[in-house]
Amino acid sequence: MELTRRDVLGALSAAGVGSVSGCSDLLEDGAAGESPTEDDPITDHDVETLVALAEVVYPSGVTEIESFVREYSVVRVREDPTYARGVGETVARLDDYVAEWHDDAYADLSASARADVLEQMAVDTADPDPDGVAGERIRYYLVNELLYAFYASPTGAGLLGLENPPGHPGGTTSYREGPHE
Amino acid sequence: MNSQNGADLDRTPADSRRSSPEPGRTAFDRTPSDRVDVCIVGAGPSGALIAAELSAAGHDVVVLDAGPRFDPADRENEMENHLRPGNPEPLWGMGGKRDAYSATGDHHYPLNAARVKGIGGSTLHWQGMVMRLHEQDFELDSSVGLGADWPISYDDLRPYYAAAEEAFSVAGASDNPFSPPREQPHPLPAFPPSYSDSLFAEACESLGITTHSVPNARNSEATDEAGACVGYGTCKPVCPSGAKYDATRHVNVAEANGARIVDRAPVQRLEHDASGERVTAAVYATPDGEEHRQEAREFVLAAGGVETPRLLLLSESEQYPDGLANSSGLVGRYFMDHLFAGVGGQLDERTRQKHVGFITSESHQFYDRPDDSRTAIKLEFLNYAGPAPADVAMTADSFGDDLLDDIWSAYGNHAAMGALVEQLPRKENRVRLDHSRTDDHGNPVPDVVWRLDDRTRATIRRANEIQRSVLEELGAEITWTVGPDDTGPAFHHMGTTRMGTDPSESVVDSQLRTHDLANLTVAGSSVFVTGGAMNPTLTIAALSLKAADHLAARL
Repeated sequence: MELTRRDVLGALSAAGVGSVSGCSDLLEDGAAGESPTEDDPITDHDVETLVALAEVVYPSGVTEIESFVREYSVVRVREDPTYARGVGETVARLDDYVAEWHDDAYADLSASARADVLEQMAVDTADPDPDGVAGERIRYYLVNELLYAFYASPTGAGLLGLENPPGHPGGTTSYREGPHE
Repeated sequence: MNSQNGADLDRTPADSRRSSPEPGRTAFDRTPSDRVDVCIVGAGPSGALIAAELSAAGHDVVVLDAGPRFDPADRENEMENHLRPGNPEPLWGMGGKRDAYSATGDHHYPLNAARVKGIGGSTLHWQGMVMRLHEQDFELDSSVGLGADWPISYDDLRPYYAAAEEAFSVAGASDNPFSPPREQPHPLPAFPPSYSDSLFAEACESLGITTHSVPNARNSEATDEAGACVGYGTCKPVCPSGAKYDATRHVNVAEANGARIVDRAPVQRLEHDASGERVTAAVYATPDGEEHRQEAREFVLAAGGVETPRLLLLSESEQYPDGLANSSGLVGRYFMDHLFAGVGGQLDERTRQKHVGFITSESHQFYDRPDDSRTAIKLEFLNYAGPAPADVAMTADSFGDDLLDDIWSAYGNHAAMGALVEQLPRKENRVRLDHSRTDDHGNPVPDVVWRLDDRTRATIRRANEIQRSVLEELGAEITWTVGPDDTGPAFHHMGTTRMGTDPSESVVDSQLRTHDLANLTVAGSSVFVTGGAMNPTLTIAALSLKAADHLAARL
């Protein structure tokens, strides 16, 4: 399945990012920079790392992950500076861990190496905790953010037959409909 | 520092957006008004409705609430906090020293999960189900020898039920053959049944069980007050769209009529005159550390089934050493809640759960008691059984395609039934003061003493039997049961200032006025004599509108 701009808006809505009607403008100039600023609190490298993680945690049949994550994340962090700082600090922790074993940053690892790192850091079994150890922070700020963006949106939940997942204002029709074959 | 400046320092964004109805006063000024007609303690549905009614009649009204005024602009963020794991902050701010409590009965009572302090009260987190009690509920002792009779009948409350349904813009239908007589259709059409309701209806029909619609305090169509439900699916604990009724609607009406709503103003005690016949002032604290006295001609306690009796007990005096309005010794006694009973399982077909956060079918077939062998049962068919995909994803220990497979196994084929089960009034179940612990103002905390009796347990078992038979007829593999050993409360606090005609057997009369003090009204579920098994808020609203009529007649 291909992720589209409409999916980004759905994910932002599920994430409680205010009035999504204004998000189109943000998406238009949503590029990140090399270093964080007040206006752009997330860097290109942060976004690249989120994309690299999404390629591991999303189903393999999903395409256009990069544009989905980039557009979602840029708007999300602009709406929540605290979250933006958490993302930046947690990406740095992830890279610090990777630097002990590899010459590259996490985003530059192969897909299988990226999956291995998550397992080595016990991110798969970690409880999400913004103030916890590295694996718990990665689960909170990075992995669960990506999973939430996907599976709390009509696109991701729709793969499972839930077109109007909790948190999405998808109306009061779908609950009456039978399974879509 | 004067109190005015102190209050300014405590101003919240929500305060800044408000204007004050009183000339020369800012909205966040918490100093008392000159003696008003009515002082209401508590800005939940009961207090809000009474404030709206009496202010519309031209009376000066002040409402004091212990909690804050939550900003409606925050609702989407609150929803997100609810949906995501890892956010430790309670959604509506309950907890800490302000809300300290004890629970010393055989069955622990999780009080702070069961209430919200703030403008709107517990309707901020309620489910929004609004049924009338049955005629039998008002004459339980006379009809089957259980519990006690109310001093009023269904017919006495019937016009107020209709008015309460109007106030809440209830969406409902007249397809329930078990409901008491009604005079007109509900204000809005009912939400149609869900797909899984249709599965349940077929199974129930085979078993001779009749299903029907559910009255919801949630807009099925847009009204002047709010838009139609857009299906966020997080009704409990937060509705971001405002389609679910909450009491801020009537708080806003009251303010528009000129009433003053004072938040973060916990009442510490009520004072009475030398004769002990009338309340003279509500003494309340403000965030700046000051204490104030609000004087009024009439006082209304509408602080819920725990804080209302607690405040009466805290208001002890030389004349009333056991607490105010407590000459019967029954303030805090007969605490009741509804018990949850449930059975759930999985089918080998998709059941389309989690599209909405409310219920669209029930069965009241087992509500009225045939004799004294059991209490009332209200059966519910859930639309939100099992986890949502995001719930599974964010707690899973797999990623990628493995995670997708795991979610396929976990989501989509669940089915579940719930039930509310009646608990009869028992004197030993009570709210009392725990003098060994104090809140943030040095007052003894409430102690909820609660246990389950054998008849309630037997009724829970009967509810489980019915639920199992339906799930089995549906072809479900039953995976969980909530029965008498692991049941919990439905967060409906009732009975602690019961209504009656005999001052030695009750706290308030049929006008909801205390027997002991002529200008003190108690409104809310604490006046319930028995609790039935219906969600109580429509009855709370009906009783409150009745109390407002009596107050208006006296003013």
